Amino acid sequence: MSAEQTTPVLTVNGTEHALTEAELNMNLLDYIREVLNLTGTKNGCGTGACGSCTVLIDDAARRSCLTKVSSVVGKRITTIEGFEQSDGTLHPIQQAFIDAGAIQCGFCTPGMVLSAYSLLLKNKHPDREEIRKGINTNLCRCTGYQQIVDAVEQASKTMYP
Amino acid sequence: MKIPSGKVFRNDAYAKVTGKAKYSDDLKFFNMAHAVPVYSDYIHAENLQVDTGAAEKSAGVLKVITAADVPGSVRFGQIEQDYCMFADKKIMYAGDVVALVVAEQRSQALSAADKVVVSADPLPVVSDPEAALSPESPVVREIKNSNLMNHHKMRRGDALQELKTCDIVLQEEFSTQFIEHAYMEPESAVCVPRQDGVMEVYGSMQHPFSTRRFVGALLGEPLSHIEVYQPPTGGGFGGKDDTAAIVCARAALAARLLNRPVKLTYTREWSIRESYKRHPYRLNYKVGIEKSGRVKAVQVRMISDGGPYLSVSPWVNWRSTAQCFGPYTVDNVHADVLCAATNNPVTGAMRGFGAPQVNFAVEQISDIAAERLGISPLEYRRINMVKQDSETVTGQVLDTHTVSMEQVMDRVADEIGYEEKLRKCSRGTSEGDELYGVGLSISYRGSSLGAEGMDFCSSVINCQFDGSILLETGIHENGQGSESVMLLLLAEQLGVRLDRIKYKRSSTSNVPDGGTTVATRGTIMGGGAVTAAARKLKQLMADNLNDILQCRPEEVRFEDDHVLGPDSDSKITWDEAMQHLFLKRVYPYAFGSFQAPDVSWDEETGQGDAYFTYVYSCQAVELTVNKSNGKIKMQNIVAAHDIGRAVNRAMVLGQMYGGITQGVGMALSEDLGIEDGRFPHLDLNHYKIPKARELPEITGIIVENPDPQSPSKAKGIGEPALELIAPAIANALYNATGIRYRDMPLKVNPEDLNLK
Repeated sequence: MSAEQTTPVLTVNGTEHALTEAELNMNLLDYIREVLNLTGTKNGCGTGACGSCTVLIDDAARRSCLTKVSSVVGKRITTIEGFEQSDGTLHPIQQAFIDAGAIQCGFCTPGMVLSAYSLLLKNKHPDREEIRKGINTNLCRCTGYQQIVDAVEQASKTMYP
Repeated sequence: MKIPSGKVFRNDAYAKVTGKAKYSDDLKFFNMAHAVPVYSDYIHAENLQVDTGAAEKSAGVLKVITAADVPGSVRFGQIEQDYCMFADKKIMYAGDVVALVVAEQRSQALSAADKVVVSADPLPVVSDPEAALSPESPVVREIKNSNLMNHHKMRRGDALQELKTCDIVLQEEFSTQFIEHAYMEPESAVCVPRQDGVMEVYGSMQHPFSTRRFVGALLGEPLSHIEVYQPPTGGGFGGKDDTAAIVCARAALAARLLNRPVKLTYTREWSIRESYKRHPYRLNYKVGIEKSGRVKAVQVRMISDGGPYLSVSPWVNWRSTAQCFGPYTVDNVHADVLCAATNNPVTGAMRGFGAPQVNFAVEQISDIAAERLGISPLEYRRINMVKQDSETVTGQVLDTHTVSMEQVMDRVADEIGYEEKLRKCSRGTSEGDELYGVGLSISYRGSSLGAEGMDFCSSVINCQFDGSILLETGIHENGQGSESVMLLLLAEQLGVRLDRIKYKRSSTSNVPDGGTTVATRGTIMGGGAVTAAARKLKQLMADNLNDILQCRPEEVRFEDDHVLGPDSDSKITWDEAMQHLFLKRVYPYAFGSFQAPDVSWDEETGQGDAYFTYVYSCQAVELTVNKSNGKIKMQNIVAAHDIGRAVNRAMVLGQMYGGITQGVGMALSEDLGIEDGRFPHLDLNHYKIPKARELPEITGIIVENPDPQSPSKAKGIGEPALELIAPAIANALYNATGIRYRDMPLKVNPEDLNLK
């Protein structure tokens, strides 16, 4: 086996990144923001309380601030920057957030969108209570969640008519 | 162009939903260094010594800054210059910063910060506001000889005498807690020294102009040498003024001393530790009522905790004074509102600004009074509330706008079915596991700053040769959608397509200081300025295009992206209009300003025209209480607010939902648990803001009685939304359990339920 084959790799938004020893020891949030310069993933608390740092790890919503890079080697990471279609068209969840007025300060929005995506993968037609449960680990201080729930409901109808 | 109703418009939605929006911490500059703050373990101490030797030798460290390095003034403040931006000889509270470590890498700065050695002689901690006001208490602020920060009064009629003659006299005491703003984005600043000597400041803040003053004070430089930009800001809620400005000032000092860009981004821990909070209040009311249900006299004493620095405490307390008995008319009022200096966290502006605390008391008193009188809570409110041309407790006659208090209350009562549901309340007994209650509260809120401040704002419209338009105002975007409102208003005024107009990146070196975007003044003041500038622009255009349109200037109209004469035959497109103007050497440019109508205040009597207009609000809630564990579950919320006119309907509703949710957090779950000036926890795991599942569906009702004194006819919604759900919840809790809860956060002890 050559040395290259054993180099640990992380796939972020479809691009493979070889990881250095130092990068393996970083938390995923810092790696995404500081090394890859993907600043759409936000740091709201650093203690796993707010969900602003939510990313998709193999399509499941996870908090990147509590995730070590070494623990996700070989996995597929999706951040908000990898969420639009390649032609720039917004994902139906993103469009629904705009149309429902679900965005205010926007700091929780990327994490909220990714949690909603993860929810809709598991449950295509969640009722409003199930939507609240699906986004319950993502804090928002601006919206009172009402229009976010509206957005996810709307996205579910667009994606799975 | 008419604003399409039901359509959501936000100029920043695309950037935010795609993660492209660059907040302060998302910015990077070449050769940028990183700063971190250093705190001490003291709460109150003197003879402060900061040993930076070991930290300075730490890897990557460029400089460790203390009060001794400050070229300007280490102290500053919005009212009094007492706020220490670096601890200077004394520690005043847990959040005082003793040093700033600047290093090549943030990780290097963090590890060096641990090596700063702080020593001081501890002083007794003053933590009880009531005790702080006794003559025996140690004095917290050495620039004063007592802990009394301010004392506002109202002396109307003779309340003390009249209380002796009333049929019913209620005596009630209430308390409220410290509240954390908990904006999702912690404070952050990036400062870049420019080659022309100007310091560029990019920061998460609510008031770029105030930030500029703080930066100027610390650096000892004139305002023209500092240019403050506001990138997208991740929430403010009144909380990103002093602390956020000081974070910018410290980063600017580091950038100035090192002559390179410096970033200072706060962790949540630092943010909670250092940032100012909502004032806790203790409120004592004596309310005299006649058998008819009419309130005859009110005596009230409020004590608020001001922390160690003044911040805007006098203004917060002033609003509590002006609105000291809610939206009710009373001929005799004797009010004293005091603020005590302590070594607890700094307290300052927070959405609601001295009103939520008062409403928590007053609106529970309304229900208590109604029960004593044996009348419906709605009836009691109807008897006493302000009506058209009523005189408020400050002696202001409400004759300049539609007083819709009753209309708003009736809308909510009808929507939720209040009277019918009131009869179904458990009052402590039910057959199942749950107790059920409904509760309601009403408020009025003076719009904008009122007699507490200078209230004016400006706007610049700069039309381009190609038909595109640049807009700027002195109001700033904190996430509430203020830029979108301004864009909508301008499109409407000029009759042009919305996509013609671009909102300029805000800079303190462009528009004049428009004051801070607080006090529910964004839409009313910024909207007033946009409307004023648009009128000037239209006048200019009419005066210079009427010859082409073959009509008199006053006949020129602006519709459907065209400039028209009196009949539709004579019209030119907006693009053509711009070309004509430039060919005539006329700049289609206008500066407009709006000054709030006159207000007045007498400090001794607490009488005057406190605010130029008021927002009328009512909120109601249904909830259940689990008998075995005391858990409170919100089941339904209905809210109505008369905001004059909704410019961006979906965003108005968003403000309602969000404000209500913050009020729910204050009522039920938010508690910093501060004891003797110390925080037991500094994270959002323990400080519990409401989550999606803890909220019910909320119905928002927008009531629109256009306000003649507002050029855009709109008032505002930011703060009214938050200020009255807590007493509605307390009233519902009483109706569910039969127990009156007077201290926030409201907690039901199941043992108390079993005693019933």
